[in-house]
Amino acid sequence: MPAFKDLFKGKQKYVTVKPTSIQTEQPDGLWSKCTRCGQLTYTRELAHNLLVCHKCGFHFKLSAAQRLAITLDEGSFVEFDSGLVSADPIEFPGYAAKLERTRQATGLEEAVVTGQGTIGGYPVMIGVMDFSFIGASMGSVVGEKVARLFERATRQRVPVVMFCASGGARMQEGVLSLMQMAKTSAACARLSEAGVLYVSVLTNPTTAGVLASFASLGDIIIAEPGALIGFTGQRVIEETIRQKLPPGFQSAEFVLEHGMIDMIVERRDMKKTLASLLALHERRHEAG
Amino acid sequence: MINLTLDFEKPLVELEKRIEELRDFSREKDIDLSEEIATLEKKAEMLRREIFDNLTPWQRVQIARHPRRPTTLDYISLIFDEFIELHGDRAFRDDGAIVGGIASLGGRPVTVVGTQKGRDTKENLARNFGMPHPEGYRKALRLMKQAEKFHRPVVSFVDVVGAYPGVEAEERGQGQIIARNIEEISRLATCIVVVITGEGGSGGALAIGVGDRLLMLENAYFSVISPEGCAAILWKDGSRAQEAADVLKLTAPDMKRLGIVDEVLPEPLGAAHKDREGMARIIKDALIRSIDELSGIPPRRLVERRYARLRRIGEFTVREAAQEEFAEAASAGGDVLRAAGPAGPKGEANR
Ligand SMILES: [Zn+2]
Repeated sequence: MPAFKDLFKGKQKYVTVKPTSIQTEQPDGLWSKCTRCGQLTYTRELAHNLLVCHKCGFHFKLSAAQRLAITLDEGSFVEFDSGLVSADPIEFPGYAAKLERTRQATGLEEAVVTGQGTIGGYPVMIGVMDFSFIGASMGSVVGEKVARLFERATRQRVPVVMFCASGGARMQEGVLSLMQMAKTSAACARLSEAGVLYVSVLTNPTTAGVLASFASLGDIIIAEPGALIGFTGQRVIEETIRQKLPPGFQSAEFVLEHGMIDMIVERRDMKKTLASLLALHERRHEAG
Repeated sequence: MINLTLDFEKPLVELEKRIEELRDFSREKDIDLSEEIATLEKKAEMLRREIFDNLTPWQRVQIARHPRRPTTLDYISLIFDEFIELHGDRAFRDDGAIVGGIASLGGRPVTVVGTQKGRDTKENLARNFGMPHPEGYRKALRLMKQAEKFHRPVVSFVDVVGAYPGVEAEERGQGQIIARNIEEISRLATCIVVVITGEGGSGGALAIGVGDRLLMLENAYFSVISPEGCAAILWKDGSRAQEAADVLKLTAPDMKRLGIVDEVLPEPLGAAHKDREGMARIIKDALIRSIDELSGIPPRRLVERRYARLRRIGEFTVREAAQEEFAEAASAGGDVLRAAGPAGPKGEANR
């Protein structure tokens, strides 16, 4: 296996990013501005730093495709259930149109991509949530794809790595979206009983219904630095307690300190950390 | 002063007041007004039916939140022959927003848990308006595990606006405990009957709301978000909760139609708070019936059935997988730019 950093060498061939889709101050999209520190960086350089600000270490959000590309071994990804698409079960105003718009804008069918691949040669079942798809909210399709992934992993006894990100349950599917919390958590329970490793990676932001279900049920829970991790939205808490929340509240560092996660891992170290964990959980010859 | 009259009840309450006045007048002056009173009573009865047969979703939400609506402890004292309350999560503290213990249901020992709202301001402060902290959910789970150990059925009463949205609740892992509860309850090897008696507020309700049989009172609601919260997101106007209640499909009949609950329990005319004993009898009958049916099923089979029940919830369509482009981008092997796809590095546009 090549050294991890080598995976990012010599890949300056071409850029498929549409300039208009990049949040920058520059109209041509050559430059990106850091949300946290305001630093302007040449977009290509930022990308080669895995979309982590050189100056302050801020971890930009990644698309599902980007996350898979930097996590899995090259060419190893096989997608599952890509044909599952959301219906409009309670005929929620504007939902059908919103779905269509989002599909067009993101090129994604839904807020989670699931499949299998290898990390450092170790087979994994992998799920990646993409915040650009309606805030990676969990509706019927997200719940179904995640549950199917856990079930597949249970049957095949292959570890699961889930990159979580979500604004919560998808309100537009009413109570059906709420119940996906139960569906996915129950599927986690079965994976756990089968003795198969589940690593949950909390990325910015992992909140509400997703945090209160499969995201929190990993045997090992990792977070990216600075990720927002919390059950209740900060505005709601501030309205309840009628006080401003301190800076850093619900950050990855905050939840680590409070014992809710195992570790914080920087993006550039994520793949090798996952590979090490997978190696340590490799199934020995099961004698008897 | 708590307002006990809901807006849509006002014409009825005024009519009832007039009948009362006529009665007093008739008594004081010793005049026979029985005919007039009877006419008005008939009118009141018709009006009552008209109002309560045509409740809008928002009106039901208001009834579910009525300050006089019976609480879990009210139902416990009316339904069970005996109740021994148990306290604490064995880790942090005893959360008054969750009650639980061992009870006797028609002679059969059961474990009871439930969210507990206060019946007045003082009680509400002690019970945090029925909004649990993580330790409350941990207490509920502890009691459910105890039920499993002693092969007792679990009865869970749900009436909660939501898990408490506070700083300490976050510090102690509100999201994590809800996830843990759902996971553990989904595989609890004893039968569980859930009764949604009032508010079924999102994850805070689901944390004790997974079971083998879900019963729901006619005017209770169950929702992924409060109507106010939905309106605030949808129209940036929390005061449009009434419309939000319509679009969310949160009533008991909606839950039956969507396959979430098994049975809608009818409320006495004028809603549960007008006839607590009547309501309790209806719940008790349904509990006995449900537990009789479920207790014959071996625990392993129960857990399988419970999983299958959760597993089929959700609606989606399946279309031809047409994602070759995506697969190609994702397999690019460590190149963020090439894998960017149409979304690109979006920065933090969504925050
Ligand atoms: Zn920065």
